[in-house]
Amino acid sequence: MSFNRNFGQGEGRNSAEAVTPDKGWKDLVRGGIIPTAGNAESYKTGDWRSRRPIWNEDKCIHCLMCWRFCPDVAIITDDGKFKEFDYDHCKGCGVCVSVCPTNAIDFVDEDMASDEDKQKNEQV
Amino acid sequence: MKMKVALTGNEAVAQAMKQINPDVVAAYPITPQTEIVQFFSSFVANGQVDTEFVTVESEHSAMSATVGASAAGARAMTATSANGLALMWEVLYIAASNRLPIVMPVVNRALSAPINIHCDHSDSMGARDSGWIQLYSENAQEAYDNLIQAVKIAENPKVLLPVMVMMDGFIISHALENLEVIGDEDVKKFVGEYKPDYYLLNVKNPVTFGPLDLQDFYFEHKRQQAEAMENAKEVILEVGKEFGKISGRNYGFFEKYKLDDAEMAVVVMNSAAGTAKDVVDELRAQGKKAGLLKLRVFRPFPHKEIAEALKGVKAIGVMDRAETFSDFGGPMFAPIRAAMYDLNAGNTIVDYIYGLGGRDVVPQDIKKVFEDLEAIVNKGKYDKLVTYLGVRE
Repeated sequence: MSFNRNFGQGEGRNSAEAVTPDKGWKDLVRGGIIPTAGNAESYKTGDWRSRRPIWNEDKCIHCLMCWRFCPDVAIITDDGKFKEFDYDHCKGCGVCVSVCPTNAIDFVDEDMASDEDKQKNEQV
Repeated sequence: MKMKVALTGNEAVAQAMKQINPDVVAAYPITPQTEIVQFFSSFVANGQVDTEFVTVESEHSAMSATVGASAAGARAMTATSANGLALMWEVLYIAASNRLPIVMPVVNRALSAPINIHCDHSDSMGARDSGWIQLYSENAQEAYDNLIQAVKIAENPKVLLPVMVMMDGFIISHALENLEVIGDEDVKKFVGEYKPDYYLLNVKNPVTFGPLDLQDFYFEHKRQQAEAMENAKEVILEVGKEFGKISGRNYGFFEKYKLDDAEMAVVVMNSAAGTAKDVVDELRAQGKKAGLLKLRVFRPFPHKEIAEALKGVKAIGVMDRAETFSDFGGPMFAPIRAAMYDLNAGNTIVDYIYGLGGRDVVPQDIKKVFEDLEAIVNKGKYDKLVTYLGVRE
Protein backbone atom coordinates (compact mmCIF):
# COMPACT_ATOMS: atom_id res chain seq x y z
CA MET A 1 0.00 0.00 0.00
CA SER A 2 1.33 3.40 -0.85
CA PHE A 3 -0.04 6.87 -0.38
CA ASN A 4 1.10 9.10 -3.13
CA ARG A 5 0.24 12.71 -3.65
CA ASN A 6 -0.92 12.53 -7.21
CA PHE A 7 -3.83 14.95 -7.19
CA GLY A 8 -4.70 16.93 -10.28
CA GLN A 9 -1.91 15.89 -12.54
CA GLY A 10 -3.65 16.65 -15.82
CA GLU A 11 -2.01 16.57 -19.18
CA GLY A 12 -0.05 19.67 -19.96
CA ARG A 13 0.64 20.26 -16.29
CA ASN A 14 3.58 22.50 -15.86
CA SER A 15 4.29 24.33 -12.63
CA ALA A 16 6.60 26.65 -14.53
CA GLU A 17 3.47 28.18 -16.12
CA ALA A 18 2.08 29.17 -12.75
CA VAL A 19 1.24 32.84 -12.50
CA THR A 20 3.43 34.96 -10.29
CA PRO A 21 3.03 38.61 -9.37
CA ASP A 22 6.10 39.63 -11.33
CA LYS A 23 4.31 38.92 -14.62
CA GLY A 24 2.92 41.82 -16.67
CA TRP A 25 -0.51 41.85 -18.30
CA LYS A 26 0.85 40.66 -21.64
CA ASP A 27 2.26 37.49 -20.05
CA LEU A 28 -0.88 36.43 -18.19
CA VAL A 29 -3.62 34.21 -19.59
CA ARG A 30 -6.72 36.26 -20.44
CA GLY A 31 -9.46 36.68 -17.87
CA GLY A 32 -7.57 34.86 -15.12
CA ILE A 33 -8.16 31.48 -16.75
CA ILE A 34 -5.92 28.89 -15.10
CA PRO A 35 -4.77 26.75 -17.99
CA THR A 36 -2.87 24.07 -16.09
CA ALA A 37 -4.43 21.62 -13.70
CA GLY A 38 -2.83 20.94 -10.34
CA ASN A 39 -0.92 24.18 -10.12
CA ALA A 40 -2.35 24.95 -6.68
CA GLU A 41 0.78 23.11 -5.54
CA SER A 42 2.92 26.00 -6.69
CA TYR A 43 0.81 28.45 -4.68
CA LYS A 44 2.44 28.38 -1.26
CA THR A 45 -0.26 28.88 1.32
CA GLY A 46 1.92 27.90 4.30
CA ASP A 47 2.52 31.54 5.18
CA TRP A 48 -1.12 31.91 6.25
CA ARG A 49 -0.32 29.66 9.22
CA SER A 50 -0.26 31.14 12.71
CA ARG A 51 0.13 27.80 14.54
CA ARG A 52 2.42 24.95 13.58
CA PRO A 53 1.82 21.18 13.98
CA ILE A 54 4.90 19.34 15.21
CA TRP A 55 5.29 15.59 14.82
CA ASN A 56 6.55 13.42 17.68
CA GLU A 57 7.95 10.34 16.05
CA ASP A 58 8.11 8.32 19.29
CA LYS A 59 4.33 8.62 19.89
CA CYS A 60 3.21 8.09 16.27
CA ILE A 61 1.58 4.74 15.44
CA HIS A 62 1.24 5.57 11.71
CA CYS A 63 -2.54 5.11 11.70
CA LEU A 64 -2.69 8.01 9.18
CA MET A 65 -5.82 9.58 10.66
CA CYS A 66 -4.04 12.91 10.07
CA TRP A 67 -3.58 12.03 6.39
CA ARG A 68 -7.28 11.20 6.03
CA PHE A 69 -8.52 14.34 7.76
CA CYS A 70 -6.09 16.94 6.45
CA PRO A 71 -8.29 19.31 4.39
CA ASP A 72 -5.26 20.14 2.26
CA VAL A 73 -2.74 17.50 1.25
CA ALA A 74 -0.15 18.62 3.77
CA ILE A 75 0.59 15.22 5.32
CA ILE A 76 3.34 13.54 3.33
CA THR A 77 3.55 9.76 3.62
CA ASP A 78 6.05 7.21 2.48
CA ASP A 79 5.24 3.54 2.09
CA GLY A 80 2.14 3.80 4.27
CA LYS A 81 3.86 5.72 7.05
CA PHE A 82 3.82 9.32 8.19
CA LYS A 83 6.87 11.05 6.77
CA GLU A 84 6.52 14.79 7.28
CA PHE A 85 4.32 17.86 7.14
CA ASP A 86 4.26 19.92 3.98
CA TYR A 87 4.76 23.30 5.63
CA ASP A 88 4.59 25.08 2.28
CA HIS A 89 0.89 24.24 2.18
CA CYS A 90 -0.17 23.48 5.78
CA LYS A 91 -2.39 26.42 6.85
CA GLY A 92 -2.28 25.45 10.53
CA CYS A 93 -5.94 24.47 10.95
CA GLY A 94 -5.08 21.89 13.61
CA VAL A 95 -7.45 19.16 12.42
CA CYS A 96 -4.57 16.64 12.47
CA VAL A 97 -3.86 17.60 16.08
CA SER A 98 -7.49 16.95 17.05
CA VAL A 99 -7.86 13.60 15.34
CA CYS A 100 -4.53 12.08 16.41
CA PRO A 101 -5.45 9.16 18.77
CA THR A 102 -2.03 9.19 20.49
CA ASN A 103 -1.52 12.97 20.80
CA ALA A 104 1.55 12.63 18.66
CA ILE A 105 1.15 16.10 17.15
CA ASP A 106 1.96 19.24 19.15
CA PHE A 107 0.45 22.53 18.09
CA VAL A 108 2.53 25.60 18.88
CA ASP A 109 2.37 29.27 17.99
CA GLU A 110 4.38 29.88 14.86
CA ASP A 111 6.38 32.60 16.68
CA MET A 112 7.09 30.23 19.59
CA ALA A 113 8.27 27.25 17.55
CA SER A 114 11.92 26.71 18.32
CA ASP A 115 14.52 26.61 15.60
CA GLU A 116 15.06 23.01 16.56
CA ASP A 117 11.35 22.25 16.01
CA LYS A 118 11.47 23.93 12.66
CA GLN A 119 14.58 22.08 11.65
CA LYS A 120 13.33 18.73 12.90
CA ASN A 121 10.23 18.91 10.80
CA GLU A 122 11.58 20.50 7.69
CA GLN A 123 13.73 17.95 6.02
CA VAL A 124 13.30 18.96 2.42
CA MET B 1 -26.45 32.50 -52.97
CA LYS B 2 -28.53 35.52 -52.08
CA MET B 3 -32.27 35.82 -51.77
CA LYS B 4 -34.69 38.75 -51.48
CA VAL B 5 -37.21 38.13 -48.73
CA ALA B 6 -39.77 40.05 -46.73
CA LEU B 7 -39.15 39.65 -43.01
CA THR B 8 -39.73 41.57 -39.81
CA GLY B 9 -36.68 42.54 -37.79
CA ASN B 10 -37.29 39.72 -35.34
CA GLU B 11 -37.73 37.20 -38.15
CA ALA B 12 -34.53 38.41 -39.79
CA VAL B 13 -32.59 38.03 -36.54
CA ALA B 14 -34.07 34.57 -35.88
CA GLN B 15 -33.15 33.63 -39.45
CA ALA B 16 -29.54 34.75 -38.83
CA MET B 17 -29.45 32.70 -35.62
CA LYS B 18 -30.74 29.67 -37.53
CA GLN B 19 -27.96 30.05 -40.08
CA ILE B 20 -25.33 30.55 -37.36
CA ASN B 21 -26.67 27.34 -35.76
CA PRO B 22 -25.23 27.92 -32.27
CA ASP B 23 -24.55 24.99 -29.93
CA VAL B 24 -26.58 26.48 -27.07
CA VAL B 25 -29.28 29.13 -26.78
CA ALA B 26 -30.59 29.95 -23.31
CA ALA B 27 -33.26 32.63 -23.37
CA TYR B 28 -36.25 34.13 -21.62
CA PRO B 29 -39.01 35.98 -23.46
CA ILE B 30 -39.59 39.71 -23.10
CA THR B 31 -41.43 42.14 -25.34
CA PRO B 32 -40.36 43.09 -28.02
CA GLN B 33 -37.70 40.36 -28.22
CA THR B 34 -40.14 37.47 -27.60
CA GLU B 35 -40.61 36.54 -31.25
CA ILE B 36 -36.89 35.97 -31.79
CA VAL B 37 -36.86 33.27 -29.14
CA GLN B 38 -40.25 31.94 -30.25
CA PHE B 39 -39.17 31.59 -33.90
CA PHE B 40 -35.84 30.12 -32.89
CA SER B 41 -37.41 27.56 -30.57
CA SER B 42 -39.57 26.38 -33.49
CA PHE B 43 -36.37 25.85 -35.51
CA VAL B 44 -35.11 23.73 -32.62
CA ALA B 45 -38.39 21.79 -32.40
CA ASN B 46 -38.39 21.17 -36.15
CA GLY B 47 -34.83 19.92 -36.14
CA GLN B 48 -33.66 22.75 -38.41
CA VAL B 49 -30.78 23.56 -36.06
CA ASP B 50 -28.54 21.45 -33.83
CA THR B 51 -28.95 23.82 -30.91
CA GLU B 52 -29.56 22.79 -27.31
CA PHE B 53 -32.30 25.20 -26.23
CA VAL B 54 -32.36 25.94 -22.52
CA THR B 55 -35.55 27.42 -21.09
CA VAL B 56 -34.75 29.43 -17.99
CA GLU B 57 -36.67 31.26 -15.30
CA SER B 58 -35.22 34.74 -15.79
CA GLU B 59 -32.75 36.76 -17.82
CA HIS B 60 -30.22 36.54 -15.01
CA SER B 61 -30.37 32.78 -15.52
CA ALA B 62 -30.41 33.12 -19.32
CA MET B 63 -27.12 35.00 -19.28
CA SER B 64 -25.70 32.72 -16.57
CA ALA B 65 -26.53 29.59 -18.58
CA THR B 66 -25.05 31.21 -21.68
CA VAL B 67 -21.87 32.03 -19.77
CA GLY B 68 -21.65 28.43 -18.54
CA ALA B 69 -22.22 27.03 -22.00
CA SER B 70 -19.66 29.36 -23.54
CA ALA B 71 -17.05 28.53 -20.89
CA ALA B 72 -17.77 24.85 -21.51
CA GLY B 73 -16.72 25.40 -25.12
CA ALA B 74 -20.03 25.96 -26.90
CA ARG B 75 -20.98 28.69 -29.32
CA ALA B 76 -23.67 30.23 -27.14
CA MET B 77 -26.31 32.89 -27.74
CA THR B 78 -29.24 34.54 -26.01
CA ALA B 79 -31.47 37.54 -26.74
CA THR B 80 -33.25 40.15 -24.67
CA SER B 81 -34.74 43.63 -24.28
CA ALA B 82 -35.07 46.38 -21.68
CA ASN B 83 -35.62 45.10 -18.12
CA GLY B 84 -34.41 41.68 -19.23
CA LEU B 85 -31.05 43.21 -20.10
CA ALA B 86 -31.09 45.11 -16.82
CA LEU B 87 -31.66 41.85 -14.94
CA MET B 88 -28.63 40.37 -16.73
CA TRP B 89 -26.52 43.22 -15.39
CA GLU B 90 -23.96 41.46 -13.16
CA VAL B 91 -23.63 38.52 -15.54
CA LEU B 92 -22.94 40.82 -18.51
CA TYR B 93 -19.72 41.83 -16.77
CA ILE B 94 -18.90 38.22 -15.96
CA ALA B 95 -19.33 37.22 -19.61
CA ALA B 96 -17.05 40.01 -20.78
CA SER B 97 -14.45 39.59 -18.04
CA ASN B 98 -14.21 35.86 -18.60
CA ARG B 99 -13.62 36.76 -22.25
CA LEU B 100 -16.49 34.64 -23.55
CA PRO B 101 -17.48 35.32 -27.18
CA ILE B 102 -21.26 35.27 -26.61
CA VAL B 103 -23.49 36.94 -29.18
CA MET B 104 -26.78 38.53 -28.14
CA PRO B 105 -29.42 40.43 -30.09
CA VAL B 106 -30.92 43.24 -28.02
CA VAL B 107 -34.22 44.69 -29.19
CA ASN B 108 -34.11 48.22 -27.84
CA ARG B 109 -36.91 49.11 -25.45
CA ALA B 110 -37.35 51.71 -22.72
CA LEU B 111 -36.56 50.78 -19.13
CA SER B 112 -39.23 50.98 -16.43
CA ALA B 113 -40.64 52.93 -14.63
CA PRO B 114 -43.29 53.92 -15.56
CA ILE B 115 -43.64 50.72 -17.52
CA ASN B 116 -43.23 51.11 -21.27
CA ILE B 117 -42.66 48.48 -23.93
CA HIS B 118 -41.65 50.77 -26.78
CA CYS B 119 -38.36 51.82 -28.25
CA ASP B 120 -35.59 53.85 -26.80
CA HIS B 121 -31.95 53.04 -26.17
CA SER B 122 -31.86 53.27 -22.39
CA ASP B 123 -31.44 49.49 -22.07
CA SER B 124 -28.33 48.94 -24.21
CA MET B 125 -26.89 52.33 -23.28
CA GLY B 126 -27.02 51.29 -19.64
CA ALA B 127 -24.81 48.33 -20.55
CA ARG B 128 -22.34 50.38 -22.56
CA ASP B 129 -19.50 50.03 -20.05
CA SER B 130 -20.02 46.34 -19.29
CA GLY B 131 -17.21 45.25 -21.62
CA TRP B 132 -19.45 44.12 -24.48
CA ILE B 133 -18.93 45.19 -28.05
CA GLN B 134 -22.02 47.07 -29.25
CA LEU B 135 -23.27 47.14 -32.83
CA TYR B 136 -26.36 49.20 -33.72
CA SER B 137 -28.60 48.52 -36.72
CA GLU B 138 -30.75 50.94 -38.71
CA ASN B 139 -33.07 48.29 -40.12
CA ALA B 140 -33.74 44.54 -40.34
CA GLN B 141 -31.10 44.12 -43.03
CA GLU B 142 -28.42 45.60 -40.82
CA ALA B 143 -29.59 43.62 -37.79
CA TYR B 144 -29.30 40.41 -39.84
CA ASP B 145 -25.90 41.41 -41.23
CA ASN B 146 -24.56 42.60 -37.87
CA LEU B 147 -25.56 39.41 -36.10
CA ILE B 148 -23.66 37.23 -38.54
CA GLN B 149 -20.60 39.47 -38.34
CA ALA B 150 -20.85 39.57 -34.54
CA VAL B 151 -19.97 35.88 -34.27
CA LYS B 152 -16.79 36.35 -36.23
CA ILE B 153 -15.80 39.50 -34.34
CA ALA B 154 -16.45 37.93 -30.92
CA GLU B 155 -14.54 34.73 -31.60
CA ASN B 156 -11.46 36.35 -33.13
CA PRO B 157 -8.51 35.32 -30.90
CA LYS B 158 -7.38 38.95 -30.69
CA VAL B 159 -10.80 39.92 -29.33
CA LEU B 160 -12.66 37.18 -27.43
CA LEU B 161 -15.33 39.53 -26.13
CA PRO B 162 -19.11 39.25 -26.19
CA VAL B 163 -21.09 41.26 -28.73
CA MET B 164 -24.59 42.69 -28.50
CA VAL B 165 -26.45 43.64 -31.66
CA MET B 166 -29.17 46.25 -31.32
CA MET B 167 -32.26 47.09 -33.35
CA ASP B 168 -35.19 49.33 -32.47
CA GLY B 169 -38.10 47.66 -30.71
CA PHE B 170 -41.34 47.50 -32.76
CA ILE B 171 -40.15 50.14 -35.28
CA ILE B 172 -37.80 47.51 -36.73
CA SER B 173 -38.47 44.33 -34.77
CA HIS B 174 -42.14 44.13 -35.77
CA ALA B 175 -42.14 45.93 -39.13
CA LEU B 176 -42.01 43.99 -42.38
CA GLU B 177 -39.11 44.89 -44.61
CA ASN B 178 -37.55 43.72 -47.84
CA LEU B 179 -34.08 42.44 -47.26
CA GLU B 180 -31.52 40.17 -48.80
CA VAL B 181 -30.44 37.06 -46.95
CA ILE B 182 -27.35 35.03 -47.68
CA GLY B 183 -27.39 31.30 -48.34
CA ASP B 184 -27.07 28.88 -45.40
CA GLU B 185 -23.80 27.47 -46.72
CA ASP B 186 -22.27 30.93 -47.17
CA VAL B 187 -23.12 31.88 -43.58
CA LYS B 188 -21.81 28.56 -42.30
CA LYS B 189 -18.54 29.09 -44.13
CA PHE B 190 -18.31 32.72 -43.03
CA VAL B 191 -18.77 32.07 -39.31
CA GLY B 192 -16.71 28.87 -39.45
CA GLU B 193 -16.43 26.40 -36.61
CA TYR B 194 -15.86 27.68 -33.09
CA LYS B 195 -12.62 26.21 -31.76
CA PRO B 196 -11.85 27.62 -28.31
CA ASP B 197 -8.32 27.21 -26.97
CA TYR B 198 -9.41 26.86 -23.34
CA TYR B 199 -12.75 25.31 -22.40
CA LEU B 200 -14.17 23.47 -19.41
CA LEU B 201 -15.20 20.28 -21.20
CA ASN B 202 -11.66 19.61 -22.40
CA VAL B 203 -10.84 16.67 -20.14
CA LYS B 204 -7.36 16.34 -21.60
CA ASN B 205 -6.41 19.77 -20.35
CA PRO B 206 -8.56 20.78 -17.40
CA VAL B 207 -8.76 24.53 -16.86
CA THR B 208 -10.31 26.89 -14.33
CA PHE B 209 -12.51 29.83 -15.34
CA GLY B 210 -13.28 32.77 -13.07
CA PRO B 211 -11.00 32.11 -10.08
CA LEU B 212 -10.48 34.57 -7.24
CA ASP B 213 -8.41 37.42 -8.63
CA LEU B 214 -7.24 39.92 -6.02
CA GLN B 215 -4.85 42.86 -5.79
CA ASP B 216 -2.02 41.01 -7.51
CA PHE B 217 -3.73 40.20 -10.82
CA TYR B 218 -7.18 41.77 -11.30
CA PHE B 219 -5.79 45.03 -12.67
CA GLU B 220 -3.70 43.17 -15.26
CA HIS B 221 -6.76 41.23 -16.43
CA LYS B 222 -8.72 44.49 -16.84
CA ARG B 223 -5.81 45.91 -18.84
CA GLN B 224 -6.02 42.86 -21.13
CA GLN B 225 -9.73 43.49 -21.57
CA ALA B 226 -9.06 47.09 -22.59
CA GLU B 227 -6.51 45.85 -25.11
CA ALA B 228 -9.02 43.34 -26.53
CA MET B 229 -11.51 46.17 -27.01
CA GLU B 230 -8.86 48.17 -28.85
CA ASN B 231 -8.02 45.14 -31.02
CA ALA B 232 -11.73 44.80 -31.80
CA LYS B 233 -11.56 47.98 -33.88
CA GLU B 234 -9.27 46.43 -36.46
CA VAL B 235 -11.19 43.14 -36.40
CA ILE B 236 -14.57 44.86 -36.87
CA LEU B 237 -13.22 46.54 -40.01
CA GLU B 238 -11.69 43.29 -41.34
CA VAL B 239 -14.89 41.34 -40.74
CA GLY B 240 -16.94 44.17 -42.29
CA LYS B 241 -14.89 43.95 -45.47
CA GLU B 242 -14.99 40.17 -45.56
CA PHE B 243 -18.75 40.26 -45.11
CA GLY B 244 -18.92 42.64 -48.07
CA LYS B 245 -17.44 39.93 -50.26
CA ILE B 246 -20.27 37.48 -49.61
CA SER B 247 -23.11 39.98 -49.32
CA GLY B 248 -22.16 43.03 -51.36
CA ARG B 249 -22.74 45.15 -48.25
CA ASN B 250 -19.65 46.63 -46.59
CA TYR B 251 -19.60 47.69 -42.96
CA GLY B 252 -17.35 50.06 -41.01
CA PHE B 253 -17.65 51.97 -37.75
CA PHE B 254 -20.28 54.32 -39.11
CA GLU B 255 -22.02 55.46 -42.27
CA LYS B 256 -21.31 58.94 -43.60
CA TYR B 257 -24.32 60.31 -45.44
CA LYS B 258 -23.61 63.44 -47.50
CA LEU B 259 -21.18 64.40 -44.78
CA ASP B 260 -17.98 65.27 -46.62
CA ASP B 261 -18.83 68.88 -47.48
CA ALA B 262 -21.51 69.34 -44.81
CA GLU B 263 -21.67 72.49 -42.70
CA MET B 264 -24.25 71.02 -40.36
CA ALA B 265 -24.87 67.41 -39.46
CA VAL B 266 -26.67 65.11 -37.09
CA VAL B 267 -25.15 62.05 -35.42
CA VAL B 268 -27.76 59.37 -34.96
CA MET B 269 -28.13 55.63 -34.40
CA ASN B 270 -30.63 52.96 -35.39
CA SER B 271 -33.97 53.53 -37.13
CA ALA B 272 -34.14 57.32 -36.76
CA ALA B 273 -31.17 57.49 -39.14
CA GLY B 274 -33.50 56.46 -41.99
CA THR B 275 -35.89 59.31 -41.23
CA ALA B 276 -33.01 61.75 -40.88
CA LYS B 277 -31.54 60.77 -44.27
CA ASP B 278 -34.82 61.83 -45.93
CA VAL B 279 -34.55 65.20 -44.21
CA VAL B 280 -30.93 65.57 -45.33
CA ASP B 281 -32.02 64.85 -48.92
CA GLU B 282 -34.74 67.48 -48.69
CA LEU B 283 -32.34 70.09 -47.31
CA ARG B 284 -29.73 69.25 -49.93
CA ALA B 285 -32.39 69.79 -52.62
CA GLN B 286 -32.77 73.29 -51.19
CA GLY B 287 -29.03 73.81 -51.54
CA LYS B 288 -28.32 73.48 -47.80
CA LYS B 289 -25.16 71.68 -46.77
CA ALA B 290 -26.70 69.10 -44.45
CA GLY B 291 -25.17 65.73 -43.63
CA LEU B 292 -25.47 62.77 -41.31
CA LEU B 293 -23.26 60.35 -39.43
CA LYS B 294 -24.94 57.10 -38.47
CA LEU B 295 -22.94 55.38 -35.76
CA ARG B 296 -22.86 51.58 -35.98
CA VAL B 297 -20.12 50.73 -33.47
CA PHE B 298 -20.54 52.36 -30.07
CA ARG B 299 -18.22 49.98 -28.15
CA PRO B 300 -15.35 50.15 -28.91
CA PHE B 301 -15.90 53.88 -29.42
CA PRO B 302 -14.22 54.95 -32.69
CA HIS B 303 -13.28 58.37 -31.34
CA LYS B 304 -10.48 59.21 -33.77
CA GLU B 305 -12.48 58.21 -36.82
CA ILE B 306 -15.57 60.11 -35.66
CA ALA B 307 -13.51 63.24 -34.99
CA GLU B 308 -11.91 62.99 -38.42
CA ALA B 309 -15.31 62.55 -40.11
CA LEU B 310 -16.89 65.50 -38.29
CA LYS B 311 -13.87 67.81 -38.39
CA GLY B 312 -15.18 70.15 -41.06
CA VAL B 313 -18.78 70.28 -39.82
CA LYS B 314 -19.48 73.63 -38.15
CA ALA B 315 -22.62 72.67 -36.24
CA ILE B 316 -23.20 69.13 -35.00
CA GLY B 317 -26.43 67.87 -33.43
CA VAL B 318 -25.99 64.61 -31.55
CA MET B 319 -29.28 62.74 -31.31
CA ASP B 320 -29.60 60.53 -28.25
CA ARG B 321 -32.51 58.14 -27.74
CA ALA B 322 -31.59 57.78 -24.06
CA GLU B 323 -31.11 60.10 -21.10
CA THR B 324 -28.17 59.83 -18.73
CA PHE B 325 -29.73 62.08 -16.05
CA SER B 326 -26.33 63.71 -15.73
CA ASP B 327 -27.46 67.22 -16.75
CA PHE B 328 -25.02 66.81 -19.63
CA GLY B 329 -27.10 65.25 -22.38
CA GLY B 330 -27.41 61.67 -23.61
CA PRO B 331 -24.82 58.90 -23.70
CA MET B 332 -23.49 59.70 -27.20
CA PHE B 333 -23.16 63.43 -26.60
CA ALA B 334 -20.31 63.65 -24.10
CA PRO B 335 -17.95 61.16 -25.82
CA ILE B 336 -18.50 62.75 -29.24
CA ARG B 337 -17.86 66.21 -27.83
CA ALA B 338 -14.75 64.88 -26.07
CA ALA B 339 -13.56 63.17 -29.25
CA MET B 340 -13.61 66.55 -31.04
CA TYR B 341 -11.65 68.36 -28.32
CA ASP B 342 -8.10 67.59 -29.49
CA LEU B 343 -8.80 68.77 -33.04
CA ASN B 344 -9.57 72.24 -31.76
CA ALA B 345 -11.52 72.73 -34.98
CA GLY B 346 -14.10 75.10 -33.54
CA ASN B 347 -17.11 72.82 -34.04
CA THR B 348 -20.21 73.63 -32.06
CA ILE B 349 -21.82 70.48 -30.71
CA VAL B 350 -25.25 70.28 -29.11
CA ASP B 351 -27.43 67.42 -27.98
CA TYR B 352 -31.00 66.36 -28.74
CA ILE B 353 -32.74 63.82 -26.58
CA TYR B 354 -35.59 62.31 -28.56
CA GLY B 355 -37.96 59.39 -28.85
CA LEU B 356 -37.99 58.21 -25.23
CA GLY B 357 -40.49 55.44 -24.57
CA GLY B 358 -41.24 55.07 -28.28
CA ARG B 359 -42.23 58.71 -28.91
CA ASP B 360 -42.24 59.03 -32.71
CA VAL B 361 -39.53 61.07 -34.31
CA VAL B 362 -40.83 62.44 -37.60
CA PRO B 363 -39.14 64.47 -40.38
CA GLN B 364 -40.58 67.66 -38.88
CA ASP B 365 -38.64 67.01 -35.64
CA ILE B 366 -35.39 66.50 -37.48
CA LYS B 367 -36.01 69.59 -39.60
CA LYS B 368 -36.26 71.51 -36.35
CA VAL B 369 -32.82 70.17 -35.39
CA PHE B 370 -31.34 71.33 -38.68
CA GLU B 371 -33.00 74.77 -38.27
CA ASP B 372 -31.20 75.09 -34.93
CA LEU B 373 -27.93 73.93 -36.49
CA GLU B 374 -28.32 76.45 -39.32
CA ALA B 375 -28.77 79.22 -36.76
CA ILE B 376 -25.63 78.01 -34.97
CA VAL B 377 -23.67 78.12 -38.24
CA ASN B 378 -24.85 81.69 -38.82
CA LYS B 379 -24.39 82.97 -35.27
CA GLY B 380 -21.33 80.90 -34.35
CA LYS B 381 -22.86 79.93 -31.00
CA TYR B 382 -25.69 77.88 -29.57
CA ASP B 383 -28.72 78.87 -27.51
CA LYS B 384 -29.28 75.54 -25.83
CA LEU B 385 -26.78 72.77 -25.07
CA VAL B 386 -29.36 70.01 -24.55
CA THR B 387 -32.80 70.04 -26.17
CA TYR B 388 -35.63 67.61 -25.49
CA LEU B 389 -36.96 67.03 -28.98
CA GLY B 390 -40.67 66.25 -29.28
CA VAL B 391 -41.53 66.53 -25.61
CA ARG B 392 -44.66 68.56 -24.71
CA GLU B 393 -43.80 71.76 -22.85
